Amino acid sequence: MPSPFKDVLASGKFIVTSEVAPPKGTNLKKFKHHIELLKDKVDAMNVTDHQSSVMRFPSLGGCLLVKELGGEVILQMTCRDRNRLALQGDLLFASSRRIMEKGKDLGGNELDGGVSFCAGAIVTPEADPLEPQLIKFEKKIDAGAEFIQTQAVFNLDKFKAFMDYARQFNVKILAGIILLTSAPMARFMNKNIAGVSVPQDLIDEMASVPKGQTLNKGIEIAGRMIKRLHDEKICDGVHIMAIGKEDIVPDIMNAAGLN
Amino acid sequence: MIRSITQKKNDEEIEQLLNGFNRIFIIGCGTCTTLTRTGGEPEVQGLKKNLSGKGKMITGTLVVPVACDNLSQDFLSDFGSQIRQADALLVTSCAFGVQTIARQLKKMTVPALNTLFIGKETAYGTFDEICTQCGTCIIGETGGICPVTNCHKGLVNGPCGGTNHGKCEIDINKDCAWTLIYNRLKDMDQLDSMRKYQKPRNHLGEPKPGKFKLPEEENV
Repeated sequence: MPSPFKDVLASGKFIVTSEVAPPKGTNLKKFKHHIELLKDKVDAMNVTDHQSSVMRFPSLGGCLLVKELGGEVILQMTCRDRNRLALQGDLLFASSRRIMEKGKDLGGNELDGGVSFCAGAIVTPEADPLEPQLIKFEKKIDAGAEFIQTQAVFNLDKFKAFMDYARQFNVKILAGIILLTSAPMARFMNKNIAGVSVPQDLIDEMASVPKGQTLNKGIEIAGRMIKRLHDEKICDGVHIMAIGKEDIVPDIMNAAGLN
Repeated sequence: MIRSITQKKNDEEIEQLLNGFNRIFIIGCGTCTTLTRTGGEPEVQGLKKNLSGKGKMITGTLVVPVACDNLSQDFLSDFGSQIRQADALLVTSCAFGVQTIARQLKKMTVPALNTLFIGKETAYGTFDEICTQCGTCIIGETGGICPVTNCHKGLVNGPCGGTNHGKCEIDINKDCAWTLIYNRLKDMDQLDSMRKYQKPRNHLGEPKPGKFKLPEEENV
């Protein structure tokens, strides 16, 4: 049974979270499989919420399932497509079922007693221009964020510079790690995903291996990045986004030497 | 000058809306839809030609100066009989004009356009929304740029993670409002405005439908 995430944050250990994605539909088989596989390996699982504005099985329902199966869970709330009644109602319900919460700055602020959340938020350290992101990052911390899971980072020297700045705040930072699965996938992200920038040398490294070996290469790269973040104590932990390949997360942790 | 920005409905939809009505009177607008080239004289004549070709009888056409003002008695006496002969009115104004005409003439009234937003022509043929009339204006702290209107998510506390080298992740042709605000505030050495926490927007600024009365002492 994993510890409550609030305790994990306070423990000083290198934190590992990952994602599980609810299905588009009601077939929960694969989702359940991923939860079972990860619940004793990571410190908490984020249940993604209508990612990319695509309607899916809700994060809150997925969170209940994680709790039932004995995992620790982080409720993601995409604030964009729901009104405040829905957002706050979800928070009350989540609180009643003792689900921790990850929200953006609106989440929780208007709740009047009776709930206790461990609030998290996101930041995009590779955004360009960066300063507006940092201004908002500070607002989120002022609004009570206790931990931050970042958008994917690939350039760790650049991320280190971000951490030099972020260290002045009392907040735990989990670096976002996206599993690269092929060179075209990396190029696709560079072109289409805002705030994600895969450096050319990593794309070249992915392209250097024969087809059929690229996933292993991606695992190696993710593991190598996590190991450096851990060994050089650059940040407080990682948030692994395997994007549909959740069953690979334990392999990434192995490659990082985290078991 | 701000305008009501409109877009022509496709021919199939107009045909379907006019199904069963054979005699049509077409009304255009000399203001916004003339300026946006969606409902002035050329567009009215284009519709007349198109619908005539499809077997409709056009009892007459008229481009009024301002379709959201009531039609004057002069127009009604000049065009009254043509309007009366029609089964339906096809209107190429924005929805304000369509509603004014429908209320005044009490005839079946069909819009030929969709009304998109209140905005302005920022380059030839390019129209941008400027204000959503939310009733709780915060642009005094955002460098005169409205994030409620110009940010896809209407965020009031800074950019989201979808900001993309000055553009918005939903459309590479749309500017990130918060990058514009940041750049302007920075130029004016007023970035502290952006650091200020904006409370959740008050959606009761002007609940729908908008209705406002000047206080009596001012309303003289």
